[in-house]
Amino acid sequence: MKTPLNYLLHLADNAVVLGQRNAEWCGHGPIIEEDLALANMSLDLIGQARLLYSEAAKLIGGDATEDTLAYFRDVPDFRNYTLLELPHRSALVGYAKSDMDYGTTIARNFLYSALMVPLWSQLEQSADANLAAIAAKSLKEASYHLRHSRDWLVKLGDGTDESHARVQAALEHLMPYTQEFWTQSAMEKEAAEAGIVIDWPQLEADWNALVDAALTDATLKRPSSVGYVTQGKVGSHSEHLGFLLAEMQSLARAHPGAQW
Amino acid sequence: MTATLDHVWTVLDAVADPEIPVVSLRELGILRDVRMGPDGVEVVITPTYSGCPAMGQMADDVAAALAAHGIAGKVVTQLSPAWTTDWIGPAARDKLRAYGIAPPQAACGSGAPRAGATPQERVLRFMPGASQVQPVVPCPQCGSTHTVETSPFGSTACKALYKCLSCQEPFDYFKPY
Repeated sequence: MKTPLNYLLHLADNAVVLGQRNAEWCGHGPIIEEDLALANMSLDLIGQARLLYSEAAKLIGGDATEDTLAYFRDVPDFRNYTLLELPHRSALVGYAKSDMDYGTTIARNFLYSALMVPLWSQLEQSADANLAAIAAKSLKEASYHLRHSRDWLVKLGDGTDESHARVQAALEHLMPYTQEFWTQSAMEKEAAEAGIVIDWPQLEADWNALVDAALTDATLKRPSSVGYVTQGKVGSHSEHLGFLLAEMQSLARAHPGAQW
Repeated sequence: MTATLDHVWTVLDAVADPEIPVVSLRELGILRDVRMGPDGVEVVITPTYSGCPAMGQMADDVAAALAAHGIAGKVVTQLSPAWTTDWIGPAARDKLRAYGIAPPQAACGSGAPRAGATPQERVLRFMPGASQVQPVVPCPQCGSTHTVETSPFGSTACKALYKCLSCQEPFDYFKPY
């Protein structure tokens, strides 16, 4: 049994885009342990993406490799959630690099890990043995990431007035983007028809329970998630993904096929 | 020459982990199998942490060891079953400790929830630390169990940073996986 290409690309693109985004903290972390943590988590995510892209490349055949999929596809080809491509700042702050906001980083990592831990746990039971093996590895990594982001969510939320206000604002900004998790598209239907069966009501219940428990510990309010439903997973992205890909892909495109 | 599989295993016993040279790939459970394929020997390895940058080096080192002994063969990567630190044997754990790295405790279970689990149990099993106390990690230098985690992420994908409160030495802890 084989996982459909678009679903593999969705899982891989999620991982590579968040991995690339979080790597922006490398050398700029608020403290050295967090610099290490973000770089390590990016390595995990990029590693997950490599395994998934390699599976996708086998399905495509020909000259496709993990590298052609990561470096030589354009914005409309990417299948990641819009949430994961957003910059490390709220909607209305300036554009300088120094405006990166750790509260936004932590809130996003938390919302995503709280989704991926129960999702990988379901995919670990998948009938596609290779997807199940990737899920088994990724589950261990996602659980570690969830522990990290949850700890920091509580530290920031239950911290100073400033840290509380900033992480609350980050949640208000990011929460509407999580609607995309629960809005089914043709991609999920195709996966289900191919035998990648995901219990969506159970997944949403697990995610809600993880989010609510953490927000309570963090003394944060759960914001409304109502608003425009983004559609990154079907290729309609925000203006931010192009800049992220330009940075990630420029070397490979300037020197195609280069080895070192 | 025709290599017997036993001979290949002996050759590969000398291939050490590129980052932790005191233990071999076989002892770490990364070498899964050696078998005869249509084009010679096939050495089966399994990836460890998804983000481990040493995996490519490991495959190269295995291929180089085969070539150095005139054995025709290739390296095959196999994903399933997924690697776990539970495959690291007792001898390798002793070597890690002697090298200054605290060996991993038993990996926490994953997989499907038990039948009839309550919603709370379903979620709690995802929360490292919520349903279980953090394991005690003895100091590899003095053996004291009076240790504390200073950072859950360390110098490589496989390690966390700890500090011994008895002998004051910082040390690496091989993360259970």
